[in-house]
Amino acid sequence: MFNWLRDHGVIERNLILMGVLTLITVSIGGLVQIVPLFAVETTIERVSGVRPYTPLEQAGRDIYVREGCYLCHSQMIRPFRDELERYGHYSLAAESMYDHPFQWGSKRTGPDLARVGGRYSDDWHAAHLRSPRAVVPASVMPPYAFLDRPLDARDIQDRMRALRVTGVPYTDDMIANAAADLRAQASPDVDASGFQGRYARARQGAFDGDPGVVTEMDALVAYLQMLGTLVDFRDVTPAQLRQQP
Amino acid sequence: MPTKIEKDGVTGRETTGHEWDGLKELNTPLPKWWLWTFYASIAFAAVWMVLYPSLPFWRGTTQWIAREAIVAEVAEANARNAPMMARLRAATPAQIAADPEMRAFALAGGRVAFANNCAACHGAGGQGGSGFPALVDDDWLWGGSLAAIHQTIAHGIRNTEDEAARTSVMPRFGADGMLTNPQIGDVAEYVLSLSGRSSDPAAVERGRTIFAENCASCHGDNGRGNREFGAPSLADQVWLYGGGKADIIAMVRNPRLGVMPAWEGRLDPAVVNMLTVFVHSLGGGE
Repeated sequence: MFNWLRDHGVIERNLILMGVLTLITVSIGGLVQIVPLFAVETTIERVSGVRPYTPLEQAGRDIYVREGCYLCHSQMIRPFRDELERYGHYSLAAESMYDHPFQWGSKRTGPDLARVGGRYSDDWHAAHLRSPRAVVPASVMPPYAFLDRPLDARDIQDRMRALRVTGVPYTDDMIANAAADLRAQASPDVDASGFQGRYARARQGAFDGDPGVVTEMDALVAYLQMLGTLVDFRDVTPAQLRQQP
Repeated sequence: MPTKIEKDGVTGRETTGHEWDGLKELNTPLPKWWLWTFYASIAFAAVWMVLYPSLPFWRGTTQWIAREAIVAEVAEANARNAPMMARLRAATPAQIAADPEMRAFALAGGRVAFANNCAACHGAGGQGGSGFPALVDDDWLWGGSLAAIHQTIAHGIRNTEDEAARTSVMPRFGADGMLTNPQIGDVAEYVLSLSGRSSDPAAVERGRTIFAENCASCHGDNGRGNREFGAPSLADQVWLYGGGKADIIAMVRNPRLGVMPAWEGRLDPAVVNMLTVFVHSLGGGE
């Protein structure tokens, strides 16, 4: 039988042996993290409809991250029947391919939000964010009424340029028109054919109920209302959902 | 570095051989059960990696994929309910409500679908809330018959996703300068009088004319409402956005137009039918 005490004593007393074994262990740990990245292209499904976030949605997404929404809400519907029944189609890698960082989350104190878009009205989202217990009495979510303040998005172009570096396909046209597109999406009465051309199926609206001022509430609700709506699953074939070529 | 193994006199165990200011550390090996459990879990992981997709380009000897397994699981569950779901899909809500077997299934399924999809706005028991209509009473904005409820659930109200959505627009009488502030105050006083709460008879008389010219086309001559436009009755005690004078003035000035999503594309037609029968059964169905 081995003598465990002696054996690790041997390693600890031999600098070269210790160094070689450490190198092997660290290499395995590194490979486990790096090798899957070589195959990352094969994990993204070939579905259509996924586009970069509009400037307003991106600003809302930044607020989502800033406020730590991911601490209580996941954005990842797992392929289990109970989750499909409750939330809809399981999440695809393609749906978060422009997320930097992704918001899959790991904890559900509140419900999953991967397909919350369009499920409730803008009014509901605004009322719920201002005072969660006014509409869901049993909720433990903190109120976010302070989001009714003007949105500071002066750096939206820089944010989009930074995302472009990570691989989000923002065009020069999108970045040049970012500030105008941001205002147009929050103003339901403004003609925004250019905006609609740049961002397919983006919805305009007075998300917080007031078309006059673009607020943080506008941005966050615009973001929530598009979550999970980009891929039309009626047009998706099982072959498109296969991750390996 | 110790050259001989030293045993601790009290415990009888070996020490590490190091000494710090007279303190020596016992060299206690990991418990055997712990160590072997650790090795067993490494062995388990190795077997698991062979059986299941664990590495890039390796699908595992079982060829098991969660996304294919779930398709089979959902198909099996759907097959169990398929005969009844097919009947619910083909039937009208009225036929479902009249058939005891279908009705029992629809009420049970409708309750679950309501909790998942509708309760956020309309309340867990359909009691509604400020800005979100109650479904348990007999006061209906767009109609409380089975057909009307079905139309509302399937296509929604004032949404941008369904062309068949119910829609109507109340003008922004104040924000767009169609009425002056005194006129709005008068018409609010008249609206209060419809439910017997006015305190200014002169204002009511002035408001009566303004109401007839601006409001009666949708809300009716006596403020009884008109379901064709989703125009609420102003003569009862049910108020969606509050019934105080300030609430009424705010609504005339800059109306709030409630939005409901369309559910036809999101939910199975059978589920829409089940929800219809369930909502109709909540208390106010006509």
